[in-house]
Amino acid sequence: MRVRITFTKQNALRYIGHLDLHQLWERTIRRADLPLAYSQGFHPQPKISLAAALPLGFSSRGEVLDMRLKENMSVEDISKRLSDNLPVDVKIINIEEVEENLPALQTQVLSASYNVQLTEPVERSELMRRVESLMMSESIIRERRGKQYDLRPLIEMLSVITEANGNVWLKMTLAAREGATGRPEEVLLTLDIEPETTLVERTRLIFIT
Amino acid sequence: MFIYAGKVAIRCYFYIRYNKKMLSPQQIESKLNRILLRVQKPGRYVGGELNSVVKNWDDVKTKVAFVFPDIYDIGVSNVGLKVLYDQINQREDALAERAYSPWFDMEALMRQHEIPLYALESKRPLACFDLIGFSLPYETLYTNTLNVLDLSGIPIHSADRDDSHPIIIAGGHAATNPEPMYKFIDAFVIGEGEEVIHEIVNVIQRVKGQRSKVNGDLRPETCDRNEILHELAKIDGVYVPKFYVTNYLEDGTVAYTEPTIPEARKLVNKRIVAKLPPPPTKFLVPNIDVVHNRVSVEIMRGCTRGCRFCQAGMITRPVRERSVEEVVEAADAAIRSSGFEELALLSLSSSDYTYVKDLVDAISKKFEGRKLTVSLPSLRIESVSIDLMEKLKQRRSGGFTLAPEAASEKMRRIINKYIPDEDIINTTREIYARGWTTVKLYFMIGHPSETLEDVQAIADLCKRVIAEGRKVAGWKVKLNAGVSTFVPKPQTPFQWVSSDTRESVLEKQALLKRELYKDRSIKLSLTEPEDAILEAWLSRGDRRMADVVYTAWKNGSRFDAWKEGRKYDTWMQAFAEHGLDHAFYTHRQRRTDEVFPWEHIGTALRKNFLFQDFRMSLEGQIRVDCRLNCFACGILPTFANLRRENPGKGWMCPDVKSPATKVKSETVNSNQLPVVGD
Ligand code: SF4
Repeated sequence: MRVRITFTKQNALRYIGHLDLHQLWERTIRRADLPLAYSQGFHPQPKISLAAALPLGFSSRGEVLDMRLKENMSVEDISKRLSDNLPVDVKIINIEEVEENLPALQTQVLSASYNVQLTEPVERSELMRRVESLMMSESIIRERRGKQYDLRPLIEMLSVITEANGNVWLKMTLAAREGATGRPEEVLLTLDIEPETTLVERTRLIFIT
Repeated sequence: MFIYAGKVAIRCYFYIRYNKKMLSPQQIESKLNRILLRVQKPGRYVGGELNSVVKNWDDVKTKVAFVFPDIYDIGVSNVGLKVLYDQINQREDALAERAYSPWFDMEALMRQHEIPLYALESKRPLACFDLIGFSLPYETLYTNTLNVLDLSGIPIHSADRDDSHPIIIAGGHAATNPEPMYKFIDAFVIGEGEEVIHEIVNVIQRVKGQRSKVNGDLRPETCDRNEILHELAKIDGVYVPKFYVTNYLEDGTVAYTEPTIPEARKLVNKRIVAKLPPPPTKFLVPNIDVVHNRVSVEIMRGCTRGCRFCQAGMITRPVRERSVEEVVEAADAAIRSSGFEELALLSLSSSDYTYVKDLVDAISKKFEGRKLTVSLPSLRIESVSIDLMEKLKQRRSGGFTLAPEAASEKMRRIINKYIPDEDIINTTREIYARGWTTVKLYFMIGHPSETLEDVQAIADLCKRVIAEGRKVAGWKVKLNAGVSTFVPKPQTPFQWVSSDTRESVLEKQALLKRELYKDRSIKLSLTEPEDAILEAWLSRGDRRMADVVYTAWKNGSRFDAWKEGRKYDTWMQAFAEHGLDHAFYTHRQRRTDEVFPWEHIGTALRKNFLFQDFRMSLEGQIRVDCRLNCFACGILPTFANLRRENPGKGWMCPDVKSPATKVKSETVNSNQLPVVGD
């Protein structure tokens, strides 16, 4: 059976990378004693796939993975067994059985939403002005790893949120397709905000429905 | 302002040098958030591992931080520290947390951002703990230990600490000669720590409890440091260096070391546990890739083989075995609770484990069909070992490791590890024939009386192994030859010998390279000669070495076993600065009547037993496995009572039947002559 899990990745686990997260799930599934399916061949690989790599340092409350089990089980049972065996900084938000023949999860991601907390005070009206001017631009040419690209079309949504207590933060949705992925720190740099002074949380992955 | 942790706040308020006021866990975390993305593998510095224990700080009386002063990737899987961590966390009145040495990049950022070294569980500065326990399994961690203290804002010299600082203890194999660290560590634990650690915590609780009664509840967090150290000195197996003085002879060797207070023992004998406690089953599961991602179960402690170069084999006697059921159950529980894909069954000499066949059968049955790699290192060079490995491995990957150590008849006799060439050739041939393509052989050069011919024998043996392998398995066979350099260690029969010189080691290594680099099927790995020399002077140093260690650290030495950290010149300068000659410690043959700097530290081996063994070595005499013939090494008189209370097969030593013999622990280094085997 194919199972889709939406989960959080927080605190200490913000600092572990994609491969380590893969390993973490593999070990968790083994501890939970679930009948995980493996690929054929000389080096059998566990059938676990993560939807989209989360940059190091970001927390998330909407990561998604698919895993395949050799036997059918109730979703409740799977959920309970996994929850009992996960490290504290990963929590399951949703778990469901999905059709076996759906396309690979990674190919179905469209975009991703982020919340950005600012740890150093930024003047609200100034921030609004910068966001507006960014959103008005036709193109924002930036360079990454020696290659030029246009950041603007990758930004689907960007807004400044002001809470009742005066706390100001940013919300954004960026494209996350293969070969067209917007990175929150690139947006922050364009807004003249040092990424180091922020806490970024991925809130949701948006899939082709 | 320090409402939630009043006690800690007061203490930390004064003593965190970097921060004139205490940094709370929250402050440390927010500082970390700003720097962690700039270091390699930030996952080293954040904790959050499955099976780590996070207790409520204010709910317990005594807080202990265990430090493995090497990089996280190595330290996190250390079993010794894991055992102590569990011991303390099982108590309701105490908690244990962990810290490791930050790598260079992290250290630089921590200093720049004024972040004190903190424990991974609570993110509290180490200076806030009552007790800090360092694990010192090897001497090259000494400078890192100083660095950890410095990064924690704790005075490096024991004498500079006051009542509000944590008590600093250390243990591990390097503590068999604690003297080079005597200025920095308040108390050393000699031998096995499983029981002693509780006694130490109890002392701290008792003294601090009295203090708070006397002063009302004003400063229960401070302690009378001196009183605690006096109390610790009374515990069996605890060495408090400040209560001893050393005097030297004209020639620079030690005249004597003796206690300055009545409570301190003349000879601090090691502690042992009569029966190995149940092995840990809740392994820490790191969230990042580390060196050993595995469950390790110690199947047996100690070794009866008596290889003369091997400190571990000498100082961990007597041999005590765990039962097959206990090992299998612990392995199963640990694999289930960790999800690890590898299981290591550890001991100094697996083939000597009485029930090794039963164990292998039981393990392969238990884990059949589960995706698990099982390793059983330190197997004897004989075909039975191949049968054992075949049962454990579904796939023949990873190579088959054996440790002949020497390749000439003469050297094998000198080191007391006698394995004839034919056994090595027959065994490796069969390993290749049964489908392994790679054999790994470990050798050691630099032993006393070794000549170039003896080293040539290593090269010749390697070539023969490959040639014979090709006959049975064709050209695909490979040989990895790991050749390390011998370091003479305290409390072994070779404690009298000089280390090989750098020039001589280089010449021997050059010979091996010349002989072996041509053959593509042989991969030769060598160690840096300077590494062995550095380890040599630290291993047999005296109290004067402490200043050298301090100066070397001050001038930038740390991670001495890493190529990124190696700073040979800094050490040379430090020796010069203190008017000492490193050759005195490394390249000097000790007088037969020399008093060693570690003479007041006892591993229960009689000095005469070791000396006799050294003399046998010079004469090329073998001493057989002491399971076959007890050589009265000193274990039984020292631990006569323990043995009497725990008779039978748990120990591999003979039973002690006579009623309490009047052997006082202080006198076991007496002059009885050892029994010499044939
Ligand atoms: S007492 Fe005898 S049997 Fe026991 S370790 Fe010593 S020599 Fe070996």
